Amino acid sequence: MPDIDVRINGIRYQDHVEPRLLLVHYLRDRLGLTGTNVGCDTSNCGACTVLVDGTGAKSCTMLAVQADGTEITTIQGLAGGEGAGAPEDWHPLQKAFNAEHGLQCGYCTPGMIMSSVDLLQRNPDPTEDEIRHGLEGNLCRCTGYQNIVKAVQAAAGELRAAGAPGAVVGGQS
Amino acid sequence: MIPAAFDYVRPASVAEAVAALGEHGDEAKLLAGGHSLLPLMKLRLASPGVVVDLGRIPDLRGVRDDGDVLAIGAMTTHQAVVADPLVREHVPLLAHTTAMVGDPQVRNRGTLGGALAHGDAAGDLPAVAQVLEAEMVLEGPSGRRTVAAADFFVDYLTTAVGEDEVLVEVRVPKYGAGWGYRYEKFNRVAQAWAIVGVAAMVRRENGTVAEARVGLTNMGTVPYRARATEGALAGAPADATTLATAAEAADQGTDPPSDLNAQADYRRHLARVLTRRALEAASGA
Amino acid sequence: MSKIDPEEIVEEIEESGQLGHPDHHVPLVGQAPRRKEDARLVTGQTNWTDNIQIPGLLHAAVLRSPMAHARITSIDVSAAREQPGVIAAFTGADLQHHWAGGLPCAWPVTPDMKQPVHLPLAVDTVRYVGDAVAVVVARDRYAAADALESIDVEYEPLPAVIDLEEALTDATLVHEDQGTNRAFDWPFEAGEVDATFDAAEVVVKRRYFQQRLIPAAMEPRAVVVAPIAAADEYTVYSATQIPHILRVMLALVTGIPEQKLRVVAPDVGGGFGSKLNVYAEEAMALILAKVLGRPIKWTESRSEGFQATIHGRGQIQDVEIAATRDGRVTGLKVQLLADMGAYLQLVTPGVPILGAFMFPGIYKFDAYRFGCTGVFTTMTPTDAYRGAGRPEATFAIERIMDDLATELGMDPIELRRRNWIEHHEFPFDTICGLTYDSGNYEAATDRALELFDYDGLRREQAERRERGDRVQLGLGTSTFTEMCGLAPSRVLGSLSYGAGGWEAASIRMLPTGKVEVVTGSTPHGQGHETAWSQIAADALGVPFEDVEVLHGDTAVAPKGMDTYGSRSLTVGGIAVVKAAEKVIEKARRVAAHLLEADERDLDFAQGTFSVRGSPEASKTIQEVSLAVFAAHDLPDGMEPSIDADSVFDPENFSFPHGTHLCAVEVDTETGFTRIHRYVCVDDVGNVVNPQIVEGQVHGGLAQGIAQALYEEAVYDPEGNLTSGTFVDYLVPGAPDLPAFVTDRTVSPSTTNPLGVKGVGEAGTIASTPAVINAVIDALKPLGVTDMRMPASPERVWRAIQEANASGGSAGQAATGTTTLTAQAGPEASA
Repeated sequence: MPDIDVRINGIRYQDHVEPRLLLVHYLRDRLGLTGTNVGCDTSNCGACTVLVDGTGAKSCTMLAVQADGTEITTIQGLAGGEGAGAPEDWHPLQKAFNAEHGLQCGYCTPGMIMSSVDLLQRNPDPTEDEIRHGLEGNLCRCTGYQNIVKAVQAAAGELRAAGAPGAVVGGQS
Repeated sequence: MIPAAFDYVRPASVAEAVAALGEHGDEAKLLAGGHSLLPLMKLRLASPGVVVDLGRIPDLRGVRDDGDVLAIGAMTTHQAVVADPLVREHVPLLAHTTAMVGDPQVRNRGTLGGALAHGDAAGDLPAVAQVLEAEMVLEGPSGRRTVAAADFFVDYLTTAVGEDEVLVEVRVPKYGAGWGYRYEKFNRVAQAWAIVGVAAMVRRENGTVAEARVGLTNMGTVPYRARATEGALAGAPADATTLATAAEAADQGTDPPSDLNAQADYRRHLARVLTRRALEAASGA
Repeated sequence: MSKIDPEEIVEEIEESGQLGHPDHHVPLVGQAPRRKEDARLVTGQTNWTDNIQIPGLLHAAVLRSPMAHARITSIDVSAAREQPGVIAAFTGADLQHHWAGGLPCAWPVTPDMKQPVHLPLAVDTVRYVGDAVAVVVARDRYAAADALESIDVEYEPLPAVIDLEEALTDATLVHEDQGTNRAFDWPFEAGEVDATFDAAEVVVKRRYFQQRLIPAAMEPRAVVVAPIAAADEYTVYSATQIPHILRVMLALVTGIPEQKLRVVAPDVGGGFGSKLNVYAEEAMALILAKVLGRPIKWTESRSEGFQATIHGRGQIQDVEIAATRDGRVTGLKVQLLADMGAYLQLVTPGVPILGAFMFPGIYKFDAYRFGCTGVFTTMTPTDAYRGAGRPEATFAIERIMDDLATELGMDPIELRRRNWIEHHEFPFDTICGLTYDSGNYEAATDRALELFDYDGLRREQAERRERGDRVQLGLGTSTFTEMCGLAPSRVLGSLSYGAGGWEAASIRMLPTGKVEVVTGSTPHGQGHETAWSQIAADALGVPFEDVEVLHGDTAVAPKGMDTYGSRSLTVGGIAVVKAAEKVIEKARRVAAHLLEADERDLDFAQGTFSVRGSPEASKTIQEVSLAVFAAHDLPDGMEPSIDADSVFDPENFSFPHGTHLCAVEVDTETGFTRIHRYVCVDDVGNVVNPQIVEGQVHGGLAQGIAQALYEEAVYDPEGNLTSGTFVDYLVPGAPDLPAFVTDRTVSPSTTNPLGVKGVGEAGTIASTPAVINAVIDALKPLGVTDMRMPASPERVWRAIQEANASGGSAGQAATGTTTLTAQAGPEASA
């Protein structure tokens, strides 16, 4: 069984894993990081999106062994440090999804937010169309996307006002 | 949703990868970005005994200026291709099309070499490789060989890459400012595969078409060049009527599939319409 | 250890300031405070069922039939039992003696309805691709998945039954013991139907198709059962909309006494009706936990769920409308053929029957005949999917109104104006026996037309037609109403539904003046915690933050009828209001006692009881709560509690309505349709939280538009679900949907104290016909008059080709539906 050495939400893990273990199952079943969800088995829904070395990846379509040596951020580490709870400490995207009602059942939300982080790192001032296309790897069944788009727009504004895009990912800028 | 068990090999060099293939034979599958292979494995439509992960071979990544061509490492991610200044300058069709592949997460992990070596005629890049007249560099136990795109795609999900070979590099000629380009991707929802896609490149000289190339996505088991259309345009006036007439031949020689999204006759129709549109855009007509 | 002194505690709490100053209470109903649910959802601290870990937890995986219809000639799980990490493996026969009954259908719509036994694991015969045939229990999900491959099953294939009309011939019986594929015939008739149609100046007859849809809530289904097997006690965690109903039903299916079952719906990631059911895997997990004495988890994969979780819609609709030449509708006939799938699930037969009442829509006429035949097929069972019967009905009436308008050469909105119920006519008794309580169709339509720029778009459409633009513009209308807020129990009884339609709420006043609201209505994304907090805070005059809403656990919220049919606010929300009223009345008695005043002299406002005429003599409700907790000085004979329970049974449905206008651009070369503009003005009565209401509308629109343009569960002739994953079942993504323009008019409901109506299904019900009407409108000059759903590019292209081939504006050729039949004179058939 291969060994992996990976930093997740700022914490280093060394583990033996079966080669076929999917990254999302490593996160959920081995580490208990259940903030990252599984919504399909064909890489379509994006619910499982995490940041691998800063860019969005579908953790259901990645083996845990492929993550060896990488730095991963999940929804639970987005606000910097796991379990960061107080709303004032949330990432601007987390705040904006709340303020703009960008979620209902919330199952797609962790993936949607992580994809939005990736999008805003790449494009800090996206148009509505760019946001919609930037989220085309994530499916939502509740919101019709309208308030998700609004939330990303709002967060983009806040992040731009706050300064560098390096501020996007808490704890690893 | 869970792959069958397999052994995992992570070579540090191409030579090690080739050796691993030699050792495990047809039991082995190469893993690039994983966005074609892993979904098949999760649905247990593929159950390789050994997975050889190309992800940690630094030589396979990056874009190199090699005189008249760009040499693109097979493990260069789609996102890296899209963002690469050399690609954007010399092969803008590739950047333009790659930006439409899959979705952002897929482009972050998926690779140019993986998309070509998988040989899915519904993928966008095989047809683009055809019109770019790219060359694939394959490395095997007896060294390297180069295969032209025209000879690379053999059949459904089958390419010229031998069982013991690794696609290491894609060599793409540089195209000067005289070339116009367009990829027309037609799908029902943004994240879906192309029902039909058409890649066009047009070089104009004095109001005529000096050269036109048209590649077709998902019009058969392999990506096609629309040779009849290309032939009709060589030296012809670059006007809308001429382009439209030529586009009517775009589906000649293709063998489009019938599936949930489209019957073959509709695909033929789409190929003709999209070819005309791609040519119009590529020629500035 | 120091001695506890109640007086001291009381003083401490009073001094701590926690009791608040409620006289500054700003009304919350009508506002949009940030959702309370979101904290855990945006930070990944949610409790989805699949997140649950229990020591000793085992994982179940289900082997499913790859055949649509077959006899199981042999099945062998012995090799699976030998796989590493496998604890047990069972066939249908192994578990058969554990079932006290089959999976339930709670809605026998007719006394003679065919109700085949539906065991959780098939025993002799499989009846759809995905029917469960064996189950494996293993140490982890990987081992369980592997072991499925070692199960050996031999099938003797039987013919698949896919086509609904062919199914009616009974050439192949889905359930041999029933002797027929016809599950039921349900008739309804009111008025002089034959005479009306005989006398009609114009009759338009159409056949519409409702394709099968897959609800596809983002969270797959999952169930965890934690047993205390020695005591025969079980906690069932399930991703369900209906923990309360599930508890009763699991008791009936397994024979485990109801009081030994606790059912918990943890955070649930969407349902849309797909989690309004009692599923084989829930019953199986319970029995496995009982048999093995270990906690069991089962989580479906998405492609598994596409087969094993209910589908929606699936109807052939034959519709005839009679009218005068000047556009007055006189009668309607509807005959449905409804696809039940292989078995009757919880409310399968009731879905089309709910629709029966909605075909007349917002229109006035005096003759209506409805019939529905339910038919078994060898496909995944159908059941309620967002709207459940009402989208189908609304589609039919709104489509045929447009077709009638075309035949009459009348603007579709003008035709609607001539027929709809006017605002001064409410309450209005419909031909179906419903009483629409309130509405203003004129106002909603006028506002929608203004926002849409209907006249401007009509001009643009004319210009594009004039110049033969490759991309044509089409405008579609849907003026809908629906019945929701399910439901008055006596009405459900009259429709043979197996339960009532009430909802329960309790309010508990805590010693510190904080409030617990317990609701029987179980959310899965709707925002109950926020909305109920708003309602309770206003009613009791306490801060929003001081209210905690508890739900979804039969041990915490023991009474409930759960969440479906846009019922939460109109039934469950009203129960909260009623419970608050009871709390206030009990508190009033205490306050009067403490203030040494007469109860009748106390006013209650802003959370404070004050003596009329001397406002300085007052007690806040928090002070009363603390006094009741201490119980030192209560009125003689009073129990030390001001908590209250309420069960609200509505006297009527609620009838939201609205006008939806859609403009589409159709590329006539490729057939691709893009939504150019979408405006909807909905009237859902008074609104508790406008942000939540708008969100419900957006999401509803997305699903209704998806039916019109994208989604279809496709079966091949052998009964394979060929649209079996998200690759082929096209749930629209962000780039595929437009930005919606939404607005509201307000016609308060007259049948509940908040004046509210349901909103959860409205967008879905309204939008599908608006989109299809728009597509047809765009293609009208090309001769296209109908369009199957989804209006895929290929379908649109073919419709254009066929219309061309038959000579342009020849009418019905594109779809083969019957053309206008005119009975008043030769000129009418022109």
